[in-house]
Amino acid sequence: MSSVNAATDTNGTVSPIARIGEQTFEFVAEFGAMAHFSLQAFGWMFRRAPRWSVLVPIFYTIGVSSFPVVAITGTFIGMVLAVQAYSQFELMGLATRLGSVINISLVKELGPVLAATMLAGRVGSSMAAELGTMRVTEQIDALAALGTNPIFFLVTPRFLACFLLIPLLTLMADFMGVIGGAVVSTQLLKVDAYHYWLHSREYVGALDLLAGVFKSYFFGAAIALISCHRGFHSKAGAEGVGRAATEAFVYSFIAILFLDFTIGIFWNTAYNAIWPDSANLI
Amino acid sequence: MNETLTQKNPSIARAGEPIIELKRISMRFRRHVVLQDIDLTIRRGETVCVIGESGCGKTVLLKLIIGLLQPSSGVVLFDGVDLAGLGDFEMSRTRLRFGFLFQMAALFDSMTIFDNVAFGPREHGLPLNPAELKKLVDDRLHEVGLPSGIEFKKPAELSGGQRKRVGLARALALDPEVMLYDEPTTGLDPIMSDVINELILQTQRAKHVTGVVVTHDMKTVVKVADRVVMLYPHARLKPGEPQIIYDGDPDAMETHPDLRVRQFVRGEAGERLKEMSNGSDNS
Repeated sequence: MSSVNAATDTNGTVSPIARIGEQTFEFVAEFGAMAHFSLQAFGWMFRRAPRWSVLVPIFYTIGVSSFPVVAITGTFIGMVLAVQAYSQFELMGLATRLGSVINISLVKELGPVLAATMLAGRVGSSMAAELGTMRVTEQIDALAALGTNPIFFLVTPRFLACFLLIPLLTLMADFMGVIGGAVVSTQLLKVDAYHYWLHSREYVGALDLLAGVFKSYFFGAAIALISCHRGFHSKAGAEGVGRAATEAFVYSFIAILFLDFTIGIFWNTAYNAIWPDSANLI
Repeated sequence: MNETLTQKNPSIARAGEPIIELKRISMRFRRHVVLQDIDLTIRRGETVCVIGESGCGKTVLLKLIIGLLQPSSGVVLFDGVDLAGLGDFEMSRTRLRFGFLFQMAALFDSMTIFDNVAFGPREHGLPLNPAELKKLVDDRLHEVGLPSGIEFKKPAELSGGQRKRVGLARALALDPEVMLYDEPTTGLDPIMSDVINELILQTQRAKHVTGVVVTHDMKTVVKVADRVVMLYPHARLKPGEPQIIYDGDPDAMETHPDLRVRQFVRGEAGERLKEMSNGSDNS
């Protein structure tokens, strides 16, 4: 407190340098708070199991309700990929290779990122708004006053739902994208179906599918923790809750892209270390 | 008979002993000082009303007592135990000895009234079968004068007064030793305000619960308080002046020598309007 007083003039105005310093500290403190929040959520997973009556509705909202939107967007992404790539591949006489390009893009990158983006938009912002409203209306304080840890009751079930269900959503996005791409390529663009699937099978393996699913676990964890953290620290009023919901999506989306990049590098490094002779895929 | 009652309820046996002690408590949010050097002792069985202008730190004081906020400095003792020294588990156990009626009731809006009232007993694994749990919820709702059938509704379907009463029923479900009321009559009509005041009195008399009531409703003060503590906004204090400007009997407030106390009791703006138009009001 004394340092703050030293940085203020006699009118109580804060100097610009003090303000920059204060904002830097706040930024670092925010990271610390986020890490502490995440550790608490992890810790509660091993201390006590949430009740089924709490888990089931959250799993339903996060998982089952997200299935249609993920399926629809996955289908369209597969279809759009086919339409956009076809003309170039056709010019090179490689139209039957469309399957390998569409499917590898889907299972390694677009499927997981798309499912995660949909989850962040549909579920992440809704979780932040819900928890933010609970914060503003003192329901989170009421939980604590009733002797229940709010992180255990509110965050742990949402974390488990996002973490455990996002691989299924990713597989759904992959599957629907593959089907969408195949239908457009073989039925609309008249690519030979046999060779389309043959090249797909040669180029896309179980390990590629696993790479996408592996990433999705990190995406799910990041979405749950960021969204719940924003909700827990929502400012008062409709504006505060709205901002928490927006920040939940924006920060989650940035985290998804950052994780996608770093895990991609990690995966390729590990892949090359295990199979040094193999070609480096993407 | 009295002996049996005393054995059953430790609040009676230990009546008059300090149960909550705040020692040199200060609380600030960034640069904004809300509470400064507060010393306050609350004894078992008494009902203390904490009054003061909006923004003077009454609700913050209440949240410090139950450990929902940690003081910037100072010590909060509950039954002789420093709350800052408690781990998660002990803090949760300690909070079960409190009941908290929030300003807007803070009912869980995704749950029915039954689930709200049954929340505490369920979460803390009280050995109740469904029939016993239903009886407990029915009894608590009946105590606060709510009709049967209401337990299947959601909080959004209730009036403000009904929500407050459900909040009280939920707070009483675990038989607390201390009840904390945050502006229990705010936003209610005069009749419903009196109903809530009666329920506070009834709770104190029937269960011998220690009560801390944060309010600026003088009717509540007159009706329920054994003792009144008045806080003054820190920003308006002169240097070195204590923030608690009154601590004593409710009847003596009207004739207290401090003008600020008398003005608050009578609801007089005094010089405040002039200060506000001059822009010097910083409370």
